[in-house]
Formats: sequence, C-alpha cells, structure tokens
Amino acid sequence: MSKPIKKKVFGLMAEYETPKGIFHACEKVRDAGYQKWDSYTPFPVHNLDKAMGLPPSILGWIVFICGMTGASCGMLLQWWTSTIEYPVIIAAKPYFSYQAFVPVTFELGVLLASFGAVFGMLGLNRLPQWYHSCFNSERFARVTDDKFFICIEASDPKYDPERTRKLLESTGAAHIEEVED
Amino acid sequence: MSSHGATEVSKDQVWLKSSSLWAKLPIIGVILAAAGLGGAFSMMGADPQHFWYSYLTALATFIAFGLGGLFFVIIQHVTRAGWSIVVRRLAENVMITLPALALCALPVVFMGSHELYEWTHLEVVQNDPMLSSKASYLNEGFFTTRMLTYFGIWTLLSVLFYGWSTSQDNATGEAIDKKSHAMRWLSAPAVLLFALSMTFFAFDALMSLDPHWFSTMFGVYYFAGIAVSAHAMLALLSVALRNSGYLKGVVTEEHNHDLGKLMFGFTVFFAYIGFSQYFLIWYANIPEETRWFAYRIADDFLPLTTLLAIGRFPLPFYFLLPRAIKRSSTTLILAAIWILFMEIVDMFWLVQPVLAHHHAKESGEHHMTMHIGAVDLLTIIGIGGVFLAVFGWALKRRALVPVKDPRLTESVTFENF
Repeated sequence: MSKPIKKKVFGLMAEYETPKGIFHACEKVRDAGYQKWDSYTPFPVHNLDKAMGLPPSILGWIVFICGMTGASCGMLLQWWTSTIEYPVIIAAKPYFSYQAFVPVTFELGVLLASFGAVFGMLGLNRLPQWYHSCFNSERFARVTDDKFFICIEASDPKYDPERTRKLLESTGAAHIEEVED
Repeated sequence: MSSHGATEVSKDQVWLKSSSLWAKLPIIGVILAAAGLGGAFSMMGADPQHFWYSYLTALATFIAFGLGGLFFVIIQHVTRAGWSIVVRRLAENVMITLPALALCALPVVFMGSHELYEWTHLEVVQNDPMLSSKASYLNEGFFTTRMLTYFGIWTLLSVLFYGWSTSQDNATGEAIDKKSHAMRWLSAPAVLLFALSMTFFAFDALMSLDPHWFSTMFGVYYFAGIAVSAHAMLALLSVALRNSGYLKGVVTEEHNHDLGKLMFGFTVFFAYIGFSQYFLIWYANIPEETRWFAYRIADDFLPLTTLLAIGRFPLPFYFLLPRAIKRSSTTLILAAIWILFMEIVDMFWLVQPVLAHHHAKESGEHHMTMHIGAVDLLTIIGIGGVFLAVFGWALKRRALVPVKDPRLTESVTFENF
C-alpha cells in the first residue's frame, strides 16, 4: 500500500437533516457574503434560490435570442431559396409568399429556442460533468436519499478553514467535514 | 393543504365598502345601459341596418366576456385548480351577466334577424342554389330554436355554478364540501355544453352573416378571443380592485403572474387559430372562401385588419414575454386593457365588413367604406352598461372571494416556482 498523497482541499461540507434546516442555513451563508458555494438536495426545495441569493437565470434570454435567430433564419432561408436561388411560380402566387413561409419560420424558431433551452441549461449547469469533488465525501451519497448538503468551496475569497467551519456550525449542521479536491 | 373554516382573509379585504365606487357600479351600469340603449334604439329608424350590425358587434363582444367568465370557472373546476380560487369569484361575477346578455340577444333573434341575415329572406334563398341547399339549417325557425337553446344552456350553467359557489359562503359543516363536489361534478359535462353552444353560437350569429362563406375553424376563432379576454378581464378586475384597497395579500403578484402567463399563452393560441384559418383559405385560393378575407383587406378595412393582425399577436406577445411585465400590476393591467380593446376590434372586424360589402355591391362602386358612427359607441355603452350593472350587483352581493372554499388558503399562499 502506497502512502496516501495529501490532496488539495475542495471545501467544507455541512450536512442537514431537513429542508427547513438547509433553507435557513443557506440564508446565513448568503448573508455572510460567500460567492463560491452550492447547496445539494434530494428534491427541489422551493425558494431555495432566494435563500441562496441567486440572481434570476439568464436562460430566458438565451432561449429568446436563439428563438428569434431561428425564426429570422427560417424566413431568410425561404426568401433566398424561392426568390433568388431557385425561383419557381407555385399556384400563381408571388415568389415571396410570406404566408406560406410562416410554418417553417415558426418551426425553426421553436427548434432553435428548444436547442437554446436544453443546451443553454446544460451549459449554465456545466453539464455533463465527469467528476465532482463532492463525491469524495462518503456521506454525500445520501444526497440522493434523505440528506441535505451545503458545500462552501475553498476557492471562495472569504474562505477560511476556521471561520467558515464556525459559520457552518452556527447554522445547525448535523455534521461538517472537509472535502478533498 | 386544505383548511376548513377560518382563513387569514380579513373581511374588509373581501367585502366592498358601500361608499366605494365599486359599490355604485350597478347604478352606473343602469344609467349607461339606459342612455346607451335608449340612444341607440332611437337612432334605429334612421339606418336600421347599421343599428343592428352595431348592436350585434357590441353583443358578440360582451357575450364573449361573459362566456370568458363561464369558461374560466368550468376549467378551474374540471382541472381542480388550486391557484385560481381567489379570482374565481370575480369570474363567477362576470359569468352571471350571461342571463342578462341573453335577454339583450333576444332582439337580434326576434327583431333584427331580417336586417342582419340574408338567409332569412325567402325570395333570396329561393334564387340562390347555395342558400337553398343550406336552408334546412339556416332557416328562421331552427335558428330561433338554436339560439334559445344556447341562451338556456348559458343561463342554466351560470346560475348553477354561481348559486352553488355563493351558497357555499354561508354553508357550514358537510355542506361546504358538498357544494365543491357539486361544482366539480357539473364541470365535466359543462365543458361539452360550453364548447358546443359557444361554437354553434359563433356559427349562427356571426358566421351566417355571410351565409355563402364557411370555416370549420370559426367557432374556435371566437373561442380564442373568449379565452384570451377572460384572463385579461380577471387581471384587469383584480388589479383594479387591489388599487382601490381590496384583496391586498389575497390576490398577489403570483396570481398576476399566472393570469399573465395565460394571457400570453392564449395570445399565441389566438394567432395560431387566426392564422390557420387564413392560411388554408389563402393557400387553396377558392373564390367562395377567399372573398371573406378579400373584402376585409380591401380599401378602408385594410388598416383595421392590419391593426388586428399586429395588435392581437406581435404586440401582446413581445410585451408579455418578460417575467417582470406579468408580475407588475401596472404593466399587466395595460396588457389586459389592450387585449379587451382588441376583442372589441375583433368583433367589429367580424361583423361590420359584411354590411360594408353589401353597400359596396348595391352602390355599384365596389368601394368598401367603413362607417363608425355614434350608434356603434352607443350600443357598446348600452350593452356594456347591462354587463356592468349585473357584474356590479353580483360584486356587491357577496364577498370578493369564495370565503368558505376548502382550499382558499392554498390559493392565497400560492407561489410560482
């Protein structure tokens, strides 16, 4: 057996028993001014984003821009193909019959908006992720079952092993441990 | 979470003070109704055709508002929705105008049908192969029977739902749940009755103005307007009531948000239905179908059609898109007023071009002239007055929310996530 290598510290992880516990703990961590930290729960805890002080997601804007891009590209594509690249008279209607182009414009708008929503969501969540330091904690496995966790990362400018531990203790954590990176 | 009996809703938030302007709505409504209808009927002699077209425009608009209330109530019961309970009483008060509006519709059936509907003239029908083959449906006897059936259905449904809901306010013990169950039980058959009566009312009262033309989507088109204005009406009423000091902490920005979302959703639905109806007719390019749109985009009516196309979709769509717009009362009420105004424009657009088209054909000049006269305004004021009077009477009569609904607390504390 080789001697275990001392690894870098990822952060301090606190464990809570109830949604209520983690909710108020998040408020305290938020008020203490930490930036690089996250909460982990087995199910969505309503309003936890507010307790954490998270700003509204910019996903809506991504979806909007993608959708508008899709719609205008759809219209542009049909305008170009049917008036410039390959003009054909269909049913005695003008080359640029925008009415006929609406369904495709709509479909492309919806398609790109959906792409924006799915891939934007994955991107903002930094998914897929092959490795996350939290899983170095054995207790963390119960986050998919019945335990609630807060992890304050060591890269936070306000992080201090002593003071951060004290803060987490004051939030009523059931267990606190240091997680390796 | 349901809790019986006492909730945290305080009485002064849900009962109108007799000194407030809201409590005077019945009087204001009666005065407007008398002035509007009196003025309009006195102008009937000068141009009876114009009068009846204007009357039908106003009637179709306010029946759409009333049916919007009925639609909202039915849908909330059939889906057993919790969030909407605090605005349901407002919808019920809008819905209970239907019996009075049905009375206002009787003159159209018994007095105005000859001025409005070409197919009531036997000599025209006899010389027209299309109309004579439609005569088994489009004849006065059957028309009157059908109209009375629709009015009967609407009166029955609105009186039953209103009656159960308001008597729940004073109920105790088991009776509270029984009323809720009764409303929920009726809501499923009511969906069917509402859909059929509303669709065929639109066919009979509005589509048959131009009896040669037909569209199977027409009923849905009328419904799209009903649905979007139903939520706009509730947004307008709840925000206005809050601005005058009622429903504080009862109808919250969370309810604003949901009403806004539904206004937004049905705006898209309206565009989908309106465009689909136009698109298929445009594509097929069959003269008997295209002429209905052709005279609506001709001459004076092109600006109106453009206003409708822009004002009913792109404008409210982009306006209602941000979350903050839907949650803020100031911006939501703007959107609501605009949507209700566009419903009037839409009904005008469905009805009035038919008259202009008759005039264009008769004059031989083939110019579509749009007439907006005092009679248009007076009929809207008159029938709007009837609507307002009955709505105001209902508003004053009971609490502004169903105070004994078992799930009222769930609705008050509702939040969007």
